[in-house]
Amino acid sequence: MSKASDLLSWIDERIPLTNTWDKHVGKYYAPKNFNFWYYFGSLALLVLVLQIVTGIFLTMNYKADGDLAFKSVEYIMRDVNWGWLIRYMHSTGASMFFVVVYLHMMRGIMYGSYKKPRELLWIFGMLIYLVLMAEAFMGYLLPWGQMSFWGAQVIISLFGAIPFVGDAITLWLRGDFVVADSTLNRFFALHVIAMPLVLIGLVFVHIVALHEVGSNNPDGIDIKKNKGADGIPVDGIPFHPYYTVKDLVGVVVFFIVFFAIVFFAPEMGGYFLEHANYIPADPLKTPEHIAPVWYFTPFYAILRAMPDKLMGVIAMFSAIAVLFFLPWIDRSPVRSIRYRSMAYKIILMAFVVAFIVLGYYGMQPVTTAGTWISRLCSLIYFGFFVALWFISKDENTKPVPERVTY
Amino acid sequence: MKLFRQLLTTSLVAATLVTSGGVAIAAGGGAELEHFTPVRTDKALQRGAKVFVNYCMGCHTADYHRYSHFARDAGLSEQAVVDNLIFTTDADGEPSKVGSLMESNMTKEYGKEAFGAVPPNLALTARSRGVDWLYTYMKSFYLDESRPLGANNVVYPAVGMPHVLADLQGWQQLVHETDDEGHEKNVLKPLTAGTLSPDEYDQTITDLVSFLDYLGDPNREARHSLGIKVMLFLLVFLVLAVLLKKEYWKDIPHNT
Repeated sequence: MSKASDLLSWIDERIPLTNTWDKHVGKYYAPKNFNFWYYFGSLALLVLVLQIVTGIFLTMNYKADGDLAFKSVEYIMRDVNWGWLIRYMHSTGASMFFVVVYLHMMRGIMYGSYKKPRELLWIFGMLIYLVLMAEAFMGYLLPWGQMSFWGAQVIISLFGAIPFVGDAITLWLRGDFVVADSTLNRFFALHVIAMPLVLIGLVFVHIVALHEVGSNNPDGIDIKKNKGADGIPVDGIPFHPYYTVKDLVGVVVFFIVFFAIVFFAPEMGGYFLEHANYIPADPLKTPEHIAPVWYFTPFYAILRAMPDKLMGVIAMFSAIAVLFFLPWIDRSPVRSIRYRSMAYKIILMAFVVAFIVLGYYGMQPVTTAGTWISRLCSLIYFGFFVALWFISKDENTKPVPERVTY
Repeated sequence: MKLFRQLLTTSLVAATLVTSGGVAIAAGGGAELEHFTPVRTDKALQRGAKVFVNYCMGCHTADYHRYSHFARDAGLSEQAVVDNLIFTTDADGEPSKVGSLMESNMTKEYGKEAFGAVPPNLALTARSRGVDWLYTYMKSFYLDESRPLGANNVVYPAVGMPHVLADLQGWQQLVHETDDEGHEKNVLKPLTAGTLSPDEYDQTITDLVSFLDYLGDPNREARHSLGIKVMLFLLVFLVLAVLLKKEYWKDIPHNT
């Protein structure tokens, strides 16, 4: 035996290295018919790593102090070697994280990846999404610009709508009567330590859950039902090398988009880095128009569409909460959209369009027309789940093939 | 499935069209802004810096950026910057060091007392307001005796800032006019001549706003040139990655 295999067996007697590799990579059999939509899981993991690495380097020069924070960001942008690159990668990464996660979730919905036996996988994914929103919200306060400050002020004040204890909760969250140095410090702690720890833990169980039940696929077929004599699914291929090399293509394409933004349009016309955030936070000067960053705007539009603040807050949180119940709302045994009814395709389409339109109106100043369109789209958003419950009961689905389409 | 795909594509395109309307940056003041394209040449930056340190830095700070950083980016020696562009002093009253931040000597307290508000840091104004706004603003001061410092601005009504460049531009006045089609509008008309001709004044403002654009985003050129290299690398990498993927995937049989 060679020295290398000696070393490997020495390790394997102590920790299950080869076993773990085989279970999760080398002999993890994934369906061979993954399409475009299946790149976004591995890309989300890539962005998580990018955010952690760039975040660590930003932390080395950032000052979490109301008097110094804004200037320390400019110090990173101008005086730290490659500071501008690290910071733009981090700010672009935040937005691209949501792009990737939204597409990843869309994939899960389209191909019924939340359905039995993947309910927990979906719920862990939703928890990741929730924590990611908290992580992004807290991170956005740190540059301590006008939009950081007032965005946080607006969102935290939402909790004030809770009857009886609302004001006490907002005070507790901020640690002051307005967003202030104490808020900045705790958001920094949560952003760089607490939330990333929770995120990594959730990502871990998300992957454990995935590898326990196996990946779904665009046909929504259970490939484990059709195994060869060797006990390996006939439509399954080892994750490595087949999907590692395929995902590598996805990574390069993603990097082309990602670095095109980083190098040529880091502000993305004010969508990724808002113009008003180049003005230091000023508690005495409210900006004319406060808008959250684009990835929160669909929910912000739902909030503003409601005539009453408390109702708005409830509607906004319900819009996210309802997604957790998707595995039980959708009663159709057929997973993939490929074999589902036209009615399903239409309501899903309406849902996607409503979500995008809500995202647009959430960025705009309030207008009467905008409010009514937001109301209509909120109705479509929630209506999707109601319609799905009824449509999926005895849905007129197409026959699902035995083998995957490849 | 095909129909669904078509529907998806059309609706995504439609949604993109709807959303792309809102890119414009909020201008404020309601005045129409002139389009401005910043000039990023050493000479323009040097001239702009000269205007900036002479006319703006008395009140406005830019203390995110260093003199030495500017020297490097504008093709000047540090000595040239020390000799020509540093008029500020440090805490001991000595001329600011070339490695120090471009910090105005006016205190915030004094600024607030004199102008009603602390003159803003100008290092990032090109990014918060945009260069179109800055260019138009610098050309839109007019004589207004009702203001404490005698000047008002079309782009920023009731602004606290005096017309610092009045000597160069001369004074304008705001004239209420009705045009041939009966539309009423306010027009700026020259009232007195300055030491510069209108063209020379425009050139001065072009240099100044180009310098402010530089202050806001000093690394833009480095970013673009590195970006092109990164893109080329990634494109080559993409070809290799695709070939590698195809090589491996040859083994996978199709189900037909």
